[in-house]
Amino acid sequence: MISVNNVSKYYGDFCAVNDISFVIRRGEITGLLGPNGAGKTTTLRMLTCYLAPDGGRISVGDHMVDEEPLEVKRIIGYLPESAPLYADMMVYDYLGYVGRLRGIEGGERLREISAMCGIDEVMHKNIGELSKGYRQRVGLAHAMIHDPEILILDEPTSGLDPNQIVEIRRLIKEIGKRKTVILSTHILSEVEATCDRVIIIDHGSIIADSRTADLKSAAGGAMRLSVRTKGAGFGDLAATLGALTGVRSVEPLDDAEGLSAATVRGEGGVDIRPVVFAAVRDAGWDLYEMATEHETLEHVFRRLTRGGDDEL
Amino acid sequence: MMNYKESVVIMKKELSGYFTTPIAYIVITVFLVITGWFFFSTFFLYNQAELRGFFQLLPLVLSFVVPAVTMRLFSEEKHSGSFEILMTLPVSARDVVLGKLLAGAAFVAIMLAPTLSYAVSAALAGSLDPGPVVGGYLGALLLGLAFSAIGVFASSLSKNQIVAFIIGLSICLVMTLADKFLFFLPSPFLNAVEYIGADFHFRNISRGIIDSRDILYFLSVAAIAFIGTVRLLGDRR
Repeated sequence: MISVNNVSKYYGDFCAVNDISFVIRRGEITGLLGPNGAGKTTTLRMLTCYLAPDGGRISVGDHMVDEEPLEVKRIIGYLPESAPLYADMMVYDYLGYVGRLRGIEGGERLREISAMCGIDEVMHKNIGELSKGYRQRVGLAHAMIHDPEILILDEPTSGLDPNQIVEIRRLIKEIGKRKTVILSTHILSEVEATCDRVIIIDHGSIIADSRTADLKSAAGGAMRLSVRTKGAGFGDLAATLGALTGVRSVEPLDDAEGLSAATVRGEGGVDIRPVVFAAVRDAGWDLYEMATEHETLEHVFRRLTRGGDDEL
Repeated sequence: MMNYKESVVIMKKELSGYFTTPIAYIVITVFLVITGWFFFSTFFLYNQAELRGFFQLLPLVLSFVVPAVTMRLFSEEKHSGSFEILMTLPVSARDVVLGKLLAGAAFVAIMLAPTLSYAVSAALAGSLDPGPVVGGYLGALLLGLAFSAIGVFASSLSKNQIVAFIIGLSICLVMTLADKFLFFLPSPFLNAVEYIGADFHFRNISRGIIDSRDILYFLSVAAIAFIGTVRLLGDRR
């Protein structure tokens, strides 16, 4: 559906996107994941013909973006970050305007899309008066009014409250059953919640491109625990826990707060919680806290960019 | 292949945008007050049924008013980010610029319409020669089109509406006043400068002499500014 071949983009001397290639198949929800400034927005802007790449080729459907931009724009629905819609227009007028530019006449489609995006009750309000959640939904309606094959959303949930995030994700998943969706985000859990596939991008380069399930299992291989105890110095704690079977390493934690605190890393696939607890109990120390550390985006990045997880 | 449908949709949107906010009413009121004052304050002094006072001042007034009308057309879109949405809809830069330019020119036409009452007043007061009036309004529309194109060009240069206004105003003022600054030049040069200036062509037309060279002049200015804007916006780098 979309194929990107060796595409680069420079802003002056700054390389925003560096020789990236990927293919997106029909009917997938793909997440473009990376920290701010990684090149996600630039990549999406090149797909949507807003920016021209400095090198490489992009095709969308059967069209090259540099040869037939109008055809490409016709099959794409795009919502830029934070939905910059005309604030002084009424929702109804705005969607009518976008519809006419896309060659859709009549109110039938407008009624359909407003019901689908749940914006019936705000159709006669000015866009500038809407809450962020409604504005985002109007943005989605704007992007989907022509029932596009491909929907591209830049940070669709940023700035929304948790309830709105859940709603928008549900809507995106619903759309993703029939359409090709690409969304960008810097939140790992967002990818886990919505995407079939994830492309991780950092400093303008792709550092991983895999199915979300694969990424999860790779992340969950080795267990990390943070342990806080009282009654022993860090040296004793490290010696005791380090000797346990299944424990690979013990490192001090910074914010000990008067306790002895350590990050304990296990071997892949071993649950080390029972042995750690038993060891602390047998030594007679007080266990203040033992928590599984979740793999953060930062960890995934470091693992992917440096290889292996020893360096974590 | 030029598709006017998109341009018409954009023009209608921009034009109705003017009238759903107070901008249109404020600009039109200011315009009518200024031109009305200049028209009627000299009308009875000359004791002649003509609109010369009104048309003499029109290029200068439009130099201020038109850039004020057009300054938001691209600056606001770039400032709010809606420009990205507009350019990712299936429209070309040419469609967009044409739509906005036509909206600006149509606004000038709407703004000029109430001044027809000056012509009616003059006709009631004495025998009005229709030639200069017809020529004057044709010239005013052409001038409005040319200045709108310049204003749209200025608007595409900056995110800041004030900056866009000042750029547009400067270009329009230079075109209006060029031959008045440079009266000390030797006459062959002055003639050339005069020919480039908008005021010279407007004076010709508003005398009631409708010459294709003057019409061509205004259309050329509009076309150059239009092509410049399309180039500027079509360059996606």
